[in-house]
Amino acid sequence: MTAVLEAHALGRKYGRRWALRECTVAVPAGRVVGLVGPNGAGKTTLLKLASGQLGPTTGDLAVLGGRPGNTPAQLARVGFVAQDTPVYPGLTVAEHLRLGARLNPRWDASLARERVARLGLAPGRRAGRLSGGQRAQLALTLGLAKRPELLILDEPVAALDPLARRDFLEGLGEAAAAHGLSVLLSSHLVADLERICDHMIVLVGSRVRLAGDVAGLLASRPGLGLEDVVLAAMHEGAGR
Amino acid sequence: MIWLTWRQFRGSAALTAAVLVVLVTALGLTGPDLAGEYAAGIAACVPAETCPDFFDRFFGAYDLLFLGLTLVVLLVPALIGLFWGAPLVTRELEAGTHLLVWNQSVTRRRWLAVKLGIVGLAAVAAAGVCGLAVTWWSGPLDRSAVPEMAQMAPVVFGARGIAPMGYAAFAFVLGVTVGMLVRRTLPAMALTLAVFVAVQAAVPLLVRPHLMPPVTGTFELGRENVDGIAAERGGSLHVFLRTSAVPGHPGAWVLSSDLADPSGRLGAGTAEGLAGPSSTVARSIPISTTSGPCGPSMGAATPGAHPCLDAINRLGYRQQASYQPLGRFWPFQWIETGLYALLTLGLAGFCLRWIRSRLS
Repeated sequence: MTAVLEAHALGRKYGRRWALRECTVAVPAGRVVGLVGPNGAGKTTLLKLASGQLGPTTGDLAVLGGRPGNTPAQLARVGFVAQDTPVYPGLTVAEHLRLGARLNPRWDASLARERVARLGLAPGRRAGRLSGGQRAQLALTLGLAKRPELLILDEPVAALDPLARRDFLEGLGEAAAAHGLSVLLSSHLVADLERICDHMIVLVGSRVRLAGDVAGLLASRPGLGLEDVVLAAMHEGAGR
Repeated sequence: MIWLTWRQFRGSAALTAAVLVVLVTALGLTGPDLAGEYAAGIAACVPAETCPDFFDRFFGAYDLLFLGLTLVVLLVPALIGLFWGAPLVTRELEAGTHLLVWNQSVTRRRWLAVKLGIVGLAAVAAAGVCGLAVTWWSGPLDRSAVPEMAQMAPVVFGARGIAPMGYAAFAFVLGVTVGMLVRRTLPAMALTLAVFVAVQAAVPLLVRPHLMPPVTGTFELGRENVDGIAAERGGSLHVFLRTSAVPGHPGAWVLSSDLADPSGRLGAGTAEGLAGPSSTVARSIPISTTSGPCGPSMGAATPGAHPCLDAINRLGYRQQASYQPLGRFWPFQWIETGLYALLTLGLAGFCLRWIRSRLS
């Protein structure tokens, strides 16, 4: 199993507070990986470190075999959809696609155009006037059309209603399958991840409590649903 | 990146350009008339030797407009710092869009460098157009202004020539820097304004007088450097010495002006508490106020009351002044603009470092 992300004793401090500490984790390639954990487990910090938004305070981190961060080449290989899927309210949908085309050498213009058309997003519409679900889809489109090798999403559906949530995750799953993309997404709702993830990592207090393919996890605990398995791991982690 | 920068900036750029077009058009239409009026006045006053009176009348007729335009040029850099500089990064941080744009295949450093370059050049251009247009329009008024409002005077100097361009570049990058450190738009705007005003006050007070060593000189008392003479009935003589003019150097920026007694001692008999912004008062001059040239027949407060001033000059009293002559206007403009350019580059370098290592 090759890893798209490998962290070893990774730590990040904000001022005096450790947001992530002694984190060792490996994310396999070619999978849709769900990262679950309670609030404050360090999920967002880990994802920001992986996309190079933050630098580590301690430890090592390799993403796609390279150091995350500041070279255009590395940035081009990793896509990132931030929490609450921010877009520019004053720019239109078409202008967002233009932004993507201007700022990314591997931009897939036809993918972006087709996806926007299929979603029914009017190109001339300002992003500020889109619904939450549409904004999330626009942000996802930007992330996908960049044609990264690894797409990281931080709680992308947390603010969406159930219908928009389903549409978003379905779209993500299809795109991942179509392009052989590795995906790493975080959520605190196991039900969301269960829909599209084939691999699961449970992070509690920066430590990996459980990691494995979904099929394997379910087989090892017959009679339990994925949610029960994950919750059991979280309790175990919190109890230590 | 250039396209995105322009797309995000074009609204405020268009607004600024529109305001500038109105201003420049108004100045362009009225400037020639003003210059014509000045030329006609000079042609009339030179043969009659009444030019000081013409200058007073001419400047007095336009002084409000003159001050207003000067104020506009001084304000432009501050506004640029507030509305272009401070929100440049904070707006992205507050909307979370930094996470969108910094995850495209462009490094943060390049993102910031392009933004600083394009918006910074626009800032310099806007302040330059505004400053040079006002400089051109105010030319006749600058040549007839009272000494306190001459081109070298602290307030006017900063609104003429090329200095406003330096101020604008500095204010813009200062706004960006403060925004990065404070991370929220409104506090960043407030802090940018406070710092910029402090710098703009400190430079004329503490730095500009020393850009070149000031010229010092001693001058006889006369109409140009004495505001008036008064004597209390039978008491001591009061000489109101101007603090903003020296004879023979019109338009000079006078840094200090004192009355020196015959032995060369400074501040001789300067009345404590009576020194005002435009004159210092000396009152222990040993001369009779009951008879002679400075006697009651002199009349109170007549500027250029020559017999009495001649008598004081004969006693050996002189104005001792240090000043920056008007001829140094352009050297000072270049030096000061250069200083602000260095400050701007320093802050820009800091920003490019900071955005890579500290901001997330």
